[in-house]
Amino acid sequence: MRDFDYEAPLQLAAAVDLLARHSGAARPLAGGTDLIDHVRTGRLSPDLIVDIKKIAELNVLAADATGLRLGAAVTCTQVAAHPAIIQNYAALADSAQIIGGVQIQNRASIGGNLCNSGPAADSTPSVIALGGRCVIARPKGMRELPAEEFCTGPGKNVLAPGELLVEIRFPAPPAHSGSHYRRFIPRNEMDIAVVGVAAAITLDSQKQKVTAARIALGAVAPKPLLATEAAAELVGRPLTDDVIAQAAAAARKIATPITDMRGTAEYRLHLVGVLVERVVRAAAARARGEAIDYKPGH
Amino acid sequence: MAKKRVVQTTINGDAVEFLCEPRQTLLEVLRDVLNLTGTKEGCANGNCGSCTVLMNGRPVTSCLVLGVEAEGAEIRTIEGVACGGHLDCVQQAFLEGAALQCGICTPGFIMQTEALLAENPQPTEEQVRFHLAGNLCRCTGYDKIVRAVLAAAEKKRANV
Amino acid sequence: MSIGEKREYKVIGTRPVRHDGVDKVTGRAQYGADVHPTGMLFGAMLRSPHAHARIKRIDTSRAAALPGVRAVVTSADLPDQGSRVVELGEGAVNMRHLSANVLARDKVLYKGHAIAAVAADSIHIAQEAVNLITVEYQPLPPVLDVRAAMKPDAAVLNDDVRTEGLEPGDPAANRPTNVARRILFQKGDVAAGFQSADVVLEHEFVASTVHQGYIEPHNATALWNADGNITVWMSTQGSFTARQQTAELLRVPVSDVKVVPMEIGGGFGGKISVYLPPVAALLSRKSGRPVKLVMDRAAVFEATGPTPGAYIRLKLGFTKDGRLVAGDAHLAYEAGAFPGSPIGPGCMCLFACYDIPNARVEGFDVCVNKPRTNAYRAPGSTHAAFAIETMIDEFCRQAKMDPAEFRIRNGAKAGVRRVDGPVFDRVGMIETVEAIRNSEHYQSPLGGSNRGRGIATGFWFNCGLKSSVTATVNADGTVALVEGSTDIGGTRTSVAMQLAETLGIAAEDVKPTVGDTDTAGYCDVTGGSRVTFATGIAAVEAAKDIISQLVVRAARHWEVDPKTVEYVDGGVTGPAGKRLSFRELAATLHETGGAVIGRGTSSEANQGGAFGTHCVDVEVDPDTGKVQILRYTAAQDVGTAIHPSYVEGQIQGGAVQGIGWALNEEYWYDDMGQMRNATFLDYRMPTCYDVPMIDTILVEVPDPQHPYGVRGVGEVPICPPPAAIANAIAGAVGVRMRQTPMSPPRVLAEILKQD
Repeated sequence: MRDFDYEAPLQLAAAVDLLARHSGAARPLAGGTDLIDHVRTGRLSPDLIVDIKKIAELNVLAADATGLRLGAAVTCTQVAAHPAIIQNYAALADSAQIIGGVQIQNRASIGGNLCNSGPAADSTPSVIALGGRCVIARPKGMRELPAEEFCTGPGKNVLAPGELLVEIRFPAPPAHSGSHYRRFIPRNEMDIAVVGVAAAITLDSQKQKVTAARIALGAVAPKPLLATEAAAELVGRPLTDDVIAQAAAAARKIATPITDMRGTAEYRLHLVGVLVERVVRAAAARARGEAIDYKPGH
Repeated sequence: MAKKRVVQTTINGDAVEFLCEPRQTLLEVLRDVLNLTGTKEGCANGNCGSCTVLMNGRPVTSCLVLGVEAEGAEIRTIEGVACGGHLDCVQQAFLEGAALQCGICTPGFIMQTEALLAENPQPTEEQVRFHLAGNLCRCTGYDKIVRAVLAAAEKKRANV
Repeated sequence: MSIGEKREYKVIGTRPVRHDGVDKVTGRAQYGADVHPTGMLFGAMLRSPHAHARIKRIDTSRAAALPGVRAVVTSADLPDQGSRVVELGEGAVNMRHLSANVLARDKVLYKGHAIAAVAADSIHIAQEAVNLITVEYQPLPPVLDVRAAMKPDAAVLNDDVRTEGLEPGDPAANRPTNVARRILFQKGDVAAGFQSADVVLEHEFVASTVHQGYIEPHNATALWNADGNITVWMSTQGSFTARQQTAELLRVPVSDVKVVPMEIGGGFGGKISVYLPPVAALLSRKSGRPVKLVMDRAAVFEATGPTPGAYIRLKLGFTKDGRLVAGDAHLAYEAGAFPGSPIGPGCMCLFACYDIPNARVEGFDVCVNKPRTNAYRAPGSTHAAFAIETMIDEFCRQAKMDPAEFRIRNGAKAGVRRVDGPVFDRVGMIETVEAIRNSEHYQSPLGGSNRGRGIATGFWFNCGLKSSVTATVNADGTVALVEGSTDIGGTRTSVAMQLAETLGIAAEDVKPTVGDTDTAGYCDVTGGSRVTFATGIAAVEAAKDIISQLVVRAARHWEVDPKTVEYVDGGVTGPAGKRLSFRELAATLHETGGAVIGRGTSSEANQGGAFGTHCVDVEVDPDTGKVQILRYTAAQDVGTAIHPSYVEGQIQGGAVQGIGWALNEEYWYDDMGQMRNATFLDYRMPTCYDVPMIDTILVEVPDPQHPYGVRGVGEVPICPPPAAIANAIAGAVGVRMRQTPMSPPRVLAEILKQD
């Protein structure tokens, strides 16, 4: 393993200062389930690792009528077990409980998953579909941006040296809304998503027509995508098979998957359609207050 | 070389202080610094579970935890499961159920099972399999492991 | 569940807790990587980034100069082997190839091929030093496909390889080639056989490389002591073969090397060939300290011995009333960097399940720029079973014949001659099919859409080879048993149980130890499904030796004629109603001549072979091609189950490896011969969430060559699963899979072709 130094600051300002001073040669450490492996294999070569788990702001986990605040260090296990998240931000809980197995979930954070910026990250499509906004600290203050703008390419994001993701903020879910995340993997657990889809659907008070929708795709482009046109196909319409199929077709149009050891481009394109249909139906069922027939991984 | 750090932690109920470089993982510290070799290395990237230990009550893959991160934490390893030399329910169930062949994955499975049963004393077979998905076994095909976990759960409930 | 001809035993057939169990559930058991002799250094290897290249220059100077580095070695430190071929216990080995595989000489032949090694004060310094070694390579085009490698214009990996087994006078026999061997077996008149057939089917099959997937990486810690004695602590399936290989590679006398087998975390055939011990020993000699080398997971995948990828073309002829009358098979197995794939066993197993009157099998051992293959549980047989068992299923569906009935009608039995020559003695092939046919699984209806059921049968020889044990009677009536068969799955207990049964004592009263090469008598490898069989025979012989000595001692104790003493029911009886139990007699031994030590060997006994028939229900998602295993039952002829739990465990473990092979496991190479999925993340072995319970049916048709009827059980369970699953997929969604793994994209592609 490469030689590096380690600091575990207690204050946010101290962490930001360390990251700024080392100007790209320092990396923040949350769960470490990606970072430590990347350092071991030589993919990343930091001189300093800044453990951010002791900073109070990054451990916020609060849901109320104004929305959800999810600190960047909060673990998947905490997310998957949080009653308000299970109830109102279900896609996030779906993601959290299938990332890498229980041991990984006890360490990995949604914030870290986002900052690792893998194109196939399991939680990023959910964050995007649920309207997450990233709150970033830097030497000169704070800034915010929508989650769909955070990742810029495989392993790359908008964070400049000295910037640290503090939390992700989600708006309060409207009435009659539901969300779901599902991925396709060859086994039933422990795989990287071949394709991942998240959807958040809001229905009218009759629970018939869609009044709002967000669909996000993972693992089919250099970064997770917000499928705006696909979601637009649903808005104002009842969820018939045809309508859902049109949304799936629109989603396929923006996907640019590659062929690699996890799947061919053609196979991934096909799966985008299949998963969009399944996920939209499940999100809508949850919006109607129904249980869904879903076994993780199957 | 980065300076070694003094880390103070609790391991299997005992206060322990050790020296390590920041780049040494908790797995490496347990095995090579503290001579607690019951925790095994299988893959070094969190995909096989044979390095599973409990950290503050929760199972983690120690190959992806830095030794320095153990500061102030409570660590439990396979060496701390038997109480006063007596095997616990889970260990007993693995033995009686022949839930091991080569045994290399067994410490990881036992730690994972201890955590599962602490959280969910009455798991279904499905829940057991989902919870243990991060632990690979190549010898047993998992059948007897799952049965042993269910038997241990049963035994624990009967003893309470 | 158990069916068959059972004798009643006191110990055999029971399920005692294994003797090494407590250590293994408490973390006390010492595996190879757990040792830490005083002064130990940590080693790290430099491995080739290229799949095929000439090595022009190696510069280790910067590595050697790094503070904390104590030794650096390359192949220059390994003695020259010339063209020696040495018998190493499971076949003859070309020592130049074995040596070059351990440390590359003038060429690297696969990505990950070891080139140099460093010993340093810490693993981190050793790894840093490895990064400081510079090598100048001349890259060469990699040869990655077995059929491409066979072409006359293919780049040749090894200049010294010529094709063995060609027809006399064939000029190709003199050319450097990648085709190391050709095998041909024939029986009957194949042309006439096909003439007489009503239905002829012919298909091609491709199997990807798969790995044994043991969780414990290879390891070796070596001390080359000041007196020239070399001690190696390691995880191995054969301490004696490891010793011999190490000694031959270092060209030192065998008795200079002691191998201490630590507990082993899985082998499945992959921990018989040595990779690390000679390197660790050389580093130890140079540094004067013990040196530990442990492979990382990537090296395990890239640089040990997976099973071959393969190409098979098979033609079968059937009569319309369901008789298999002709078969013609062409097999090409990838040996990897050096010759030695299990093409022989593959050819021998392909038709072994059937009484086929006319057959021809031609097989080729082919070098490609991939790691040198090695044994993986019934090596070569699973590939062959995938081909024939799926084609038989295809015929059965066409002919609307029950696949179990077909196998019963055509199955191998006593008196049937295999294509490669041997005639079967009493075997249990048909019994295993009947067990499946009569099983609750097979009899119960399978409802639901996109669901299918498939069965398949497989065969493996099982080996006899050589084992020896010694057993000492302790004064308290226990017996200390020392054997040299390393224990991967509970065999020290199954061997102890056979000794206990013969003596009439409890299994708990036998204390088994796996000795090292200085303390145990010679034992061939723990492999070939042979330990419970052959080391068991040796233990029975040792028990009989003890018994004959005890009769003499009892007579001495009672001062009677030994001819009036009998050993019966776990004790001795004498004239006038005298009786002493084993324990009581043991307490008297010191007065009648000192320790009683029994010895036993097995070297002639050979096994009859094992058959297994599996039944699987699957559900296929027609939109994604993903296959879920719903239910699995495996029936196997186990002869006599010494410890049923561990027999069941072997079957369950092999079946799940077969499921992984069938569904998702494969080496994924890019065009430059780089394995891209050398991690447990992307080399996808089944997790416990991927499989259901594996039900087992133990058919017990005793093997006449073992005193208790034991048949080896460890290997054949991996043979049927891929074919059984392919057959179930055919039933579920009507597509025929002819490539493994049958991963979701491949299954979906076939489904979409249909639409």
